[in-house]
Amino acid sequence: MDKKTILNQTHHNLGARMVPFGGWEMPVHYGSQIEEHHAIRQHAGMFDVSHMQIIDLKGSDCKRYLRHLLANDVGKLKSTGRALYSCMLNSQGGVIDDLIVYFMDETWYRIVVNASTAQKDLGWIMEQVGVFGVEVLPRSDMAMIAVQGPKAIELTLPLLNEELREAAADLKPFSAVWDPSWFVARTGYTGEDGFEILLPQGDCIALWNDLVDAGVRPCGLGARDTLRLEAGMNLYGQDMDETTTPLVSGLGWTVALKPEERSFIGRGPLEKQKREGIPQQLVGLVLEGRGILRSHQKLFAADKQIGEITSGGFSPTLERSIALARIETGSPHGFDVEMRGKRLPVKVVKYPFVRHGKLATKL
Amino acid sequence: MSNTPDGLKYAKTHEWIKDNGDGTVTVGISDHAQELLGDLVFVELPEAGSDIAAGDEIAVVESVKAASDIYSPLSGKILGINDVLNDAPESINDSPYEEGWLFTLKMTDKSELDALMDADAYTKHAQDEEH
Repeated sequence: MDKKTILNQTHHNLGARMVPFGGWEMPVHYGSQIEEHHAIRQHAGMFDVSHMQIIDLKGSDCKRYLRHLLANDVGKLKSTGRALYSCMLNSQGGVIDDLIVYFMDETWYRIVVNASTAQKDLGWIMEQVGVFGVEVLPRSDMAMIAVQGPKAIELTLPLLNEELREAAADLKPFSAVWDPSWFVARTGYTGEDGFEILLPQGDCIALWNDLVDAGVRPCGLGARDTLRLEAGMNLYGQDMDETTTPLVSGLGWTVALKPEERSFIGRGPLEKQKREGIPQQLVGLVLEGRGILRSHQKLFAADKQIGEITSGGFSPTLERSIALARIETGSPHGFDVEMRGKRLPVKVVKYPFVRHGKLATKL
Repeated sequence: MSNTPDGLKYAKTHEWIKDNGDGTVTVGISDHAQELLGDLVFVELPEAGSDIAAGDEIAVVESVKAASDIYSPLSGKILGINDVLNDAPESINDSPYEEGWLFTLKMTDKSELDALMDADAYTKHAQDEEH
């Protein structure tokens, strides 16, 4: 039996098509995935992301512990409310999950991890606590709504209480403010501006309905996937997993190898990979002709397979097919994708493909 | 609830078949099928003039979600294809039984029509598949 978020009945009432996702029953769309996608690029839309796992870490050793646990360095977070994107690695340097960590205060950090990996992550996080003075507190009492799009902030602010509203209006990207019950972060997974709001389950349905009344369109996980792909953001389980390092997954920028004395889990294998030459890289692809790129389609230069697509699909903004692919380092920039037995040319392009509603690469 | 017009025949693989009464049929995918697929973004149609057997994979429709093969419900020769779908695959979502037709076919064995389902049987089949 799939788990249900507090908004489950609300989704049904809105006519959502519900699908199993990471152990949860979640909306994939409410009628048209493409219209939902455009709503977020052009106006404002929202996702129920209550299936994601919020975990609070409390205690005097929080910072030391997270500097050991994560490949990115929470030491970079100089002021409270700042957020950091990081991978959590196993001892071979493979990615257990990607996450966002928020610096609340010297003895309190908040992290948000993927739904499908939540149990595995919690197990790992608790196992690594060891002698650190850290308490691990899963916040299953909280729900989470992501409001995204050029109008998202403007439409959300009036729905916050006065104190939070003033603080949220001044938020810089990748920062958060909170009061004892609500937490508002200027973060997201779409390439648009917006908020992610963490709040008590009891407040969640009312906020959702108020956002609907304000003109924010409910959007499903389908649009969430095409938006993040256009924004060139990795999806755990497709673009990276426990068998791949961040370095072969386009996430080298999230690994803090300096300062050299910080010994985080997975550091050794990453340094070795870097020393010996990173064997693969993640690239953006555009299909030149007709068809749709899909994950696991193989890529060939002449007759040699040089890689495969990790995430592919139709880009509603660009009205053509785009993909992320892992290819051997040093591959030529012209190669083919194999699609139903046929080979079609693809072009390597820089990603993100789309940011803030506009083309962000050269097609 | 999906729309399943009377007077059409249906295949288990969710194609609809309209008997044009002159030895030809028009084929498309059902409203139920387009709902399951979601927004369609690409259609690959057969070549006009090609000879096909019932059960052959002859077209592909791709939605934002996935690619799905279309099987020919009948044997015969492809007469015409709906070119509009090359530029407007969403016609299948908007109008699965009218503007969104896929191809027309000249039947070689009319008795194959008898093996197809009517609207009631197809509705039941679609419901059974959902559960």
